[in-house]
Amino acid sequence: MSWILPPGASTFAGDIDFLYYVILVITGIAFVVVEVGLLVFAIKYRARPGRKAQYIEGSIKAEIIWTAVPAVTLVIIGLMSGGVWNHIKGRNSIPPNAIPYEVHVKQFEWNFTYRGPDGQLGTSDDFIVRNQLHIPVNRPVELQLIAEDVIHSFFVPAFRVKQDAVPGMDIRVWFEATKVGEYEIACAELCGLGHYRMRARVFVHSAEDYQQWLSDRAAAADEE
Amino acid sequence: MATSAVSLEPAAHVEAHELSFLRKYIFSTDHKIIGIQFLLMSFVFLLFGGLMAMMIRWQLGFPERPLPAGQLLPETMAPGGILLPEFYNSLVTMHGTIMVFFAIMPLLVGVFGNYLIPLKLGAPDMAFPRLNMASFWIAFSAGILMMAGFFVEGGHAAAGWTAYAPLSADPEWTGVSGGQQIWLLSIAILGLASIMGALNYITTVVNLRAPGMTWFRMPLSIWALFVTAILVLLAIPILSGAAIMLFFDQTIGTHFFDWTDGGQVILWQHLFWYFGHPEVYILILPAMGMVSDIIANGSRKPVFGYHSMVFALISIAFLGWVVWGHHMFQSGMNPTLGMTFMISTMIIAVPSAIKVFNWMGTMWRGNIRFHVPMLHSVGFVAMFVIGGLSGIFMASTPVDIYIHDTYFIVAHIHYVLFGGSLFAIFAAVTYWYPKMFGRMMNSTVGKVHFWLTFLFYNMTFFPMHDLGIAGHMRRIYDPSQYEFLQPLAPLNRFITVSALLLFTVQILFAANFIMSWFKGKKAGENPWEANGLEWTVASPPPHGNFAKVPTVYRGPYEYSSPLVEEDFLMQTRKLASDVDPAAAGP
Amino acid sequence: MAHPALMKPPARREIGADVYSEKLGMWVFLGSEVMFFTALIGSYIILRFGSPEQWAAPGQILNIPLTAVNTFLLICSSVTMVKAFAAIQDGDQRLLKLYMLATVAIGAAFVGVQAYEYTHLVHAGFLPSGYSAGSELAERAAEGLLPVSVGVYGSSFYTMTGFHGFHVSVGVICMSFVTWKAYRGAYTKEDHRGVEVVGLYWHFVDLVWIILFTIVYLV
Repeated sequence: MSWILPPGASTFAGDIDFLYYVILVITGIAFVVVEVGLLVFAIKYRARPGRKAQYIEGSIKAEIIWTAVPAVTLVIIGLMSGGVWNHIKGRNSIPPNAIPYEVHVKQFEWNFTYRGPDGQLGTSDDFIVRNQLHIPVNRPVELQLIAEDVIHSFFVPAFRVKQDAVPGMDIRVWFEATKVGEYEIACAELCGLGHYRMRARVFVHSAEDYQQWLSDRAAAADEE
Repeated sequence: MATSAVSLEPAAHVEAHELSFLRKYIFSTDHKIIGIQFLLMSFVFLLFGGLMAMMIRWQLGFPERPLPAGQLLPETMAPGGILLPEFYNSLVTMHGTIMVFFAIMPLLVGVFGNYLIPLKLGAPDMAFPRLNMASFWIAFSAGILMMAGFFVEGGHAAAGWTAYAPLSADPEWTGVSGGQQIWLLSIAILGLASIMGALNYITTVVNLRAPGMTWFRMPLSIWALFVTAILVLLAIPILSGAAIMLFFDQTIGTHFFDWTDGGQVILWQHLFWYFGHPEVYILILPAMGMVSDIIANGSRKPVFGYHSMVFALISIAFLGWVVWGHHMFQSGMNPTLGMTFMISTMIIAVPSAIKVFNWMGTMWRGNIRFHVPMLHSVGFVAMFVIGGLSGIFMASTPVDIYIHDTYFIVAHIHYVLFGGSLFAIFAAVTYWYPKMFGRMMNSTVGKVHFWLTFLFYNMTFFPMHDLGIAGHMRRIYDPSQYEFLQPLAPLNRFITVSALLLFTVQILFAANFIMSWFKGKKAGENPWEANGLEWTVASPPPHGNFAKVPTVYRGPYEYSSPLVEEDFLMQTRKLASDVDPAAAGP
Repeated sequence: MAHPALMKPPARREIGADVYSEKLGMWVFLGSEVMFFTALIGSYIILRFGSPEQWAAPGQILNIPLTAVNTFLLICSSVTMVKAFAAIQDGDQRLLKLYMLATVAIGAAFVGVQAYEYTHLVHAGFLPSGYSAGSELAERAAEGLLPVSVGVYGSSFYTMTGFHGFHVSVGVICMSFVTWKAYRGAYTKEDHRGVEVVGLYWHFVDLVWIILFTIVYLV
């Protein structure tokens, strides 16, 4: 049992994990203070013959302290979070050189459209691979999520990426993978009876391997 | 006529002693009977909701093994005792729906709102007793209708208790049509009952307080119920409107949430959560209020910071209207809105923190009696704080990217609704049981129930934080489909076993409740040596509650007052130094 | 135990509002109704801004003159309601009955005109789901004289006005009950709470209509 996040493999992981640990420490301290406090009070102030409680109605000073300290702490957490949020989800924060993909999401599969050798999405050399997303390491990618039936949610735990795909809305999600490897994609919004098996995989290749994969795919397509 | 004279004794009460069994116990207009009716109804639904949870946990813990007694279920739900994915989705939906709408909400608002408000304010009954009766029977009908959904073709609603469109709007996506429609109708009908109840509570609190019971002499339980009633009044109609729109999309072909013809999918989420966030405060505020009363009583001390506690209640209720978007951070909603909702969500954590510290302050330097209600109330504080703190993780929008729709959220929900609300309900039922039934619940059984529940509860739900941190999604029928979730199977099994034990242990509470009704030690007027007005009358109180209209001389928390020997001083006790409130009004 | 009805008059209760309970209850209930219509009207605003091309221009599909007359009728019924209340405040039973009857009649007429309007619209092909296939309106849309689709326009129109009409109908029933009670002499100069409370509800329903008429028919 552990509160340690699994290893991250994207540029977002550093920021998000840091925020998580900051909050973990702060809430951890609050947790200990309250629980230990309750336990200590329960034992120390339990009823015993001959004792009487002290008739205290309150303390303005205490109220001010325990209002201000949480308020200031939370505002700080909020401000720290704001910049990270904007960087990840801000509409203007998608890097202009991100490699574009289209993702057609439906019950119960992910269809990834690749831009093909001409480097342009929406042209005749685009190709689709079901449930497999191949991307190069250390390059930002931008996915346009196109939901075709109900709401789904594109979730890659290792990349700390999650974005709902909503039918009728133009939704973009971007990220940059930092480690070569294979990672799982899950659907994170109840979408019907097959929601539990709406699994796909991301393959993060080195730059050369990515080029190789693309040309292998193009060659295979030519043979068809 | 524009006078302010309030009718004191509704005429119906004059014939109280001549009423038939039917009028006295079934179609009663007496708030105490109605409160008990809500109690019995809610306990039945709590049992159903719990059974559903056991089935869900069985699937997650032992997916290959047939459910015990699973052969009793039809083939459309669990052939050979193994749950189908469709039925699993339905279970997850109905567990949430029944627990929120037919267990916790009626237990807190229907039972204690009804039972306590007139008694603790010195009134003979609610302002509108017949409306009160109607409200119970309408709620009951909604409950029957909701259960009927299990028997229709296509099964019951399976789009989550949150019923997101388009999944919920078109039978094409789930195979469910009748079930979802019944769900929507039932919710709308229940909403009507809630609104009727709320307007009764508000009117009673505003107009029927006994002489001397000024606003700041009301107990926090009543303040909380009053503020909750206002939230119910304003939030439930939003849900009714949304449910009607979704019902029309399902039945007469409207397009409110139909993106293919001008509708907007996310509109449902906005409407639902605009209701939904105030709703979760409806599910916690009465619990907080009653826990305040009980902790003061147990500690033999005034509530620390009574006025702060009132203002915290009001702030939470007020702020609860501007945080709804925090359920939608990843929904595709404009990210700038994400920022604003994050700020408001961070702010709303503050009044809850204030309350936790004030409860601790109440115990500090007290002379604490650990009767069963006090045990549950301290347990409430200990568990609620965990739920509140976990909320901070999800309030941070970037962290929410990771934990949204994972078991971390499920852990949070259950820490506030079970660790919070349900523990408070155990406390409140035990505390007011003698007043309701004239007998004490067995204290030893109560203590064993508390400790075992506390233990198994934490064993069940604390590990869910870990599942969430590992990335375990919600509402997943078979986690083993994912390699990254396979190592979590042992933890899921552990949680399931703990949950089964937790559920089983509730037999102690049920048995205690039932047996004490017949065999419990007879209770006097004031077994807890408490200060409120309900403890000045017989257990149970007679029809009409008070033989004489009580006069109130002080606030509700004068425990260990220097003015008297005893460590409690009732609100209605007149001391030599007390002055009667003015006999004639403005 | 002394029977409550036999005890001496008590000291005054703590009253939070200088309003008797039934009236306070009605105000509180109307608060919930405001939220209900807010959900419907708020959704309408969002949907209209989101899909403005679905909305026909004022008068293209809906019958403004007829509904304007209907609006006037409803306002008249509020006037008669006020007069009924004023009558019983003066103790005038005759005028109370007269004006209550008038209010009920006009209210019923409003519902009747609305029902007529609905049947006319459905016949022409304007449904909650949009155009009905092969209808007169569907043909005009095909010719480019009307929006291509009125899916959400129809949905919001019927839902908003339909629920308003439902509230009016309930009001007519309640007012009929109050009128019947008036005929039985239930109201006096000193106590006519039922008249005032039903009047409050009626004025609210009228106010909602004025808002709906403006945003649904005129904008």
